[in-house]
Amino acid sequence: MSEGNSEARQGSMEVFFNGLVKENPTFVLALGMCPTLAVTTSAVNGLGMGLTTTAVLVLSNAIISLLRHIIPNRVRIPAFIVIVASFVTMVQLLLEGFIPSLYSALGLYIPLIVVNCIILGRAESFASKNPVIPSIFDGLGMGLGFTVALTAIGAVRELLGAGELFGIPIINNVLGMFTSVEYVPISIFVLAPGAFFVLAALTALQNRVKRKMQEKGQNADKIQSGCSSDCAGCSDSGCAHRFVDVDGAPGSVADAKANKKEG
Amino acid sequence: MEKMLKVSSNPHIRSKDTTSRIMLYVVAALLPATIFGVFHFGLHALFLVMITVATTVLTEYIYDRCMKKKISISDFSAAVTGLLLALNLPPKAPLWIGVIGGVFAILVVKMLFGGLGQNFMNPALGARCFLLISFTSIMTNFDCDAYTGATPLAAIKAGESAPELIDMVIGRTAGTIGETSMIALLIGAAFLLVMGVIDLRVPGSYILSFVVFILLFSGHGLDFNYILSQLAGGGLMLGAFFMATDYVTRPITKNGQYVFGIFLGIMTGIFRIFGPSAEGVSYAIILGNLLVPLIEKVTKPVAFGKKKSKKEAV
Repeated sequence: MSEGNSEARQGSMEVFFNGLVKENPTFVLALGMCPTLAVTTSAVNGLGMGLTTTAVLVLSNAIISLLRHIIPNRVRIPAFIVIVASFVTMVQLLLEGFIPSLYSALGLYIPLIVVNCIILGRAESFASKNPVIPSIFDGLGMGLGFTVALTAIGAVRELLGAGELFGIPIINNVLGMFTSVEYVPISIFVLAPGAFFVLAALTALQNRVKRKMQEKGQNADKIQSGCSSDCAGCSDSGCAHRFVDVDGAPGSVADAKANKKEG
Repeated sequence: MEKMLKVSSNPHIRSKDTTSRIMLYVVAALLPATIFGVFHFGLHALFLVMITVATTVLTEYIYDRCMKKKISISDFSAAVTGLLLALNLPPKAPLWIGVIGGVFAILVVKMLFGGLGQNFMNPALGARCFLLISFTSIMTNFDCDAYTGATPLAAIKAGESAPELIDMVIGRTAGTIGETSMIALLIGAAFLLVMGVIDLRVPGSYILSFVVFILLFSGHGLDFNYILSQLAGGGLMLGAFFMATDYVTRPITKNGQYVFGIFLGIMTGIFRIFGPSAEGVSYAIILGNLLVPLIEKVTKPVAFGKKKSKKEAV
């Protein structure tokens, strides 16, 4: 690896787990919120959306990394979008042909993967600066992190809002073993407000787990983040959230609000 | 008097009002409506009120314990939230509705945002809307032993014959536990006004602008029967006097309170006349709550000795 970039020397597994846990695109970077909130009405939809995005992300990261010396710096964003859009079109046609039920469930959000900020963000901050193999692992880690997050949100929403999990009426099955009580679904959870509730709750949970890990001395800071100083596009999306997260007391938003009110 | 004058650093004016005292006044003011609701709708309504209040208080206690904070239930604000929420439930709602609503009101709307004084939305109304969206069929079913069928507002909206006006004023109609009796609510409101807990700025401008709105847009013109039915037949009295006046979620500035009241009146009118449902007080108030920071920003009074510059005034 001829580049002096420190990220290039990282082990592939570290890059992989960076996306999965430490810089989880949904819970930490808060990227790609549009599909996160819109399609996670069930666990299956979340899983489908996550895997579709992962496929596009891995392929586009690989190609962009291969072409990183050829693409002129000034036109890099249009070039990235062309690459991403071609993969999205391929995935869209494949889904339509082989999994039509998922295709109709995700609907408009498949073509919208083109403008998913996770994909552009990783292209900008990682793939365009790193060799192919780490870029593929970065795409895998980020994509699977997104998939895990979306599936988790979808599972909670489906469980509370419909009483089902992957389409199986799990709550009523369990209740039916003991009583004749029927579960009344809290249907707000499959509507838009429920997405915000579940996302917030899971993000809080994730922050807590992460802090516990840090307290135990597992130095999660060993891995350099993708938010290096030369990353212009990232400063207003990804890194901004990281800074909030660093001092990240869960109450900090409420405190800020309180200060604002008093001030 | 001796104790109230004290030469020291500010504040110089001391009042005997404490949070718990004000909250107890509110509870006392809600008692007529609660008692009427229980007599009117039966014992189940009493159980519902009790379990909802118990849930809100217990939720706040458990949250404070888990977060290692000072136990704040002794300021009675959780009890007021529980009582208001219960008065907003249909009389035959199952008891678990009160439990879910109580937990949501305290945990999500109030405590997660920092507890009393920090919540951006009236907890009781937030929980009512949560329940209304989640369990629409239960929350809009006002059938009970005494009355079956639609609320007065729904009947008017559907073009059916509305109950007698006098029944609406006394409260002998279908509706949520606490909203039906205009008289009981007005007694409570008068008590709060006399004790200085609330003033007429928000409720007055709310009700007045609502009346003007339905005069202009309802298509009924100057029909006193219709206007009084709109005032007495729904949740307007409960909302205007007890929920829109919540100290935390109304604007602080005087002019802001008028703006807030007028906004609520217009929104309630829009929801009731142009919306698909016959009632709109809850949604109007929580929408108004969300606008409070903006209203306060616009209506901030100019400090003494400073000139109002024309550029800033807009």
